[in-house]
Amino acid sequence: MSKISFSKEELERYSRHLIIPDFNIEGQRKLKAAKVLVVGTGGLGAPLLQYLTAAGVGTIGIVDFDIVDDSNLQRQVLFSVDDVGKPKVEAALKRLKGLNPHITFNTYNTRLTSENALDIIKDYDLVADGTDNFPTRYLVNDACVILEKPNVYASIFRFEGQVSVFNYTDVKGEMGPNYRDLFPSPPPPGLVPSCAEGGVIGVLPGIIGSLQANEVIKVITGVGEPLSGRLFLFDALSFETRTVKLAKDKDPKPITQLIDYEDFCGLNQNDGKKYNVKEITVEELSKLRALGEDHQLIDVREPYEYEISHIDGALIPLAEIENAVNQLASDKKVIIHCRSGVRSAQAIEKLEKKYGFKNLYNLKGGILAWANEVDTSLAKY
Amino acid sequence: MAKLIIPTPLRKFTENQSTLNSSSTTVSEAIKNLADTYPDLRKHLFDDDGQIRNFVRIYVGDEDIKTLDNELTALQEDSVVSIIPAIAGGVL
Repeated sequence: MSKISFSKEELERYSRHLIIPDFNIEGQRKLKAAKVLVVGTGGLGAPLLQYLTAAGVGTIGIVDFDIVDDSNLQRQVLFSVDDVGKPKVEAALKRLKGLNPHITFNTYNTRLTSENALDIIKDYDLVADGTDNFPTRYLVNDACVILEKPNVYASIFRFEGQVSVFNYTDVKGEMGPNYRDLFPSPPPPGLVPSCAEGGVIGVLPGIIGSLQANEVIKVITGVGEPLSGRLFLFDALSFETRTVKLAKDKDPKPITQLIDYEDFCGLNQNDGKKYNVKEITVEELSKLRALGEDHQLIDVREPYEYEISHIDGALIPLAEIENAVNQLASDKKVIIHCRSGVRSAQAIEKLEKKYGFKNLYNLKGGILAWANEVDTSLAKY
Repeated sequence: MAKLIIPTPLRKFTENQSTLNSSSTTVSEAIKNLADTYPDLRKHLFDDDGQIRNFVRIYVGDEDIKTLDNELTALQEDSVVSIIPAIAGGVL
């Protein structure tokens, strides 16, 4: 480690670390020698990447398959207006290089999958999980378990955040709990909040991602006590914080290989259980409207979504649909839509099975498809 | 009375209340009473066999009930029961 040296510019840049007695140049050497993979350059990735870059982590890998969208800028402070439409890893790289020229960056403009995860992660000392979905969280966890890499975890929802350090080997050589010790399996799709119930306050990933960056730095340098075997919970609404104990599962299922995580999370339900509803495309609806053909358009989103954008459907939120059955026409086409088509399909399934409707059509792709293909002046969210 | 802390994703089932008081003397009783009061919450807490779901953890104070007496863990007047669900982020 003592072979790691610093230029005058680096010594000056990192001087506020170097004068902390418990951190000093030894901590900085460990940072410079470290290789950290950040999975996801979204809300959590933004503070993570910026602080790890600024702090002097020597090699940083960045994985993301997405492109920068207008709706990212509310919280993903790594990106600016000029970046919209560009690959996230490309935009992140440009910003981070400007922040610290002494860092080696490796970018992976791809989705992390069961096929590539082990190959990508194996070259790193530590993984920071800043993803936003269950399949990738279990994939990152399992790959880290197989490769015995620490996984610094954070997760957010609306006003609430969770942080922990998984798979951490302490000074005694004992491995701490991993994500599956906390949650052995994910919620089935039907119990995961829908897009109407999602969302996140923009500052929250800034807070939680910064705590995550701090844990990354602690694990690398050995300074302080990493959040291993503990789970930190933060509620931004009440400003309540809790740190609870996290134990290893006494009878865990061994993790020996990566699996199909979409399947594990119940997202590939093409086994006949899926209910098929009749569909209509936005193009067909547009023609039907132009021709003045009689129909009824129902919008099953929430009022706060209607405020963002609407296509003049009668607003009946999904939860209210059964109370409004008598408002639905039975003598003409009834086209039901939501944001992307999931809730409207649920509404149709319920109405057909329980009330015997046969004239219901799901607007394929929902109001998002309408905004993309028919009326580009409409706000997407 | 023991205090139950309801996590954000489940508050829509508890009329947006983030904490509820419970006079129950065990975790089992407190959680079942909660599900009786707010029936839509039941499927989020219990599986078809009535077991607490794999993606939900119940804590009393900072201890997982699995390291205490599981659902039979006793509650005191000042106990704080946390329901902690798996959250993944914004994408579904």
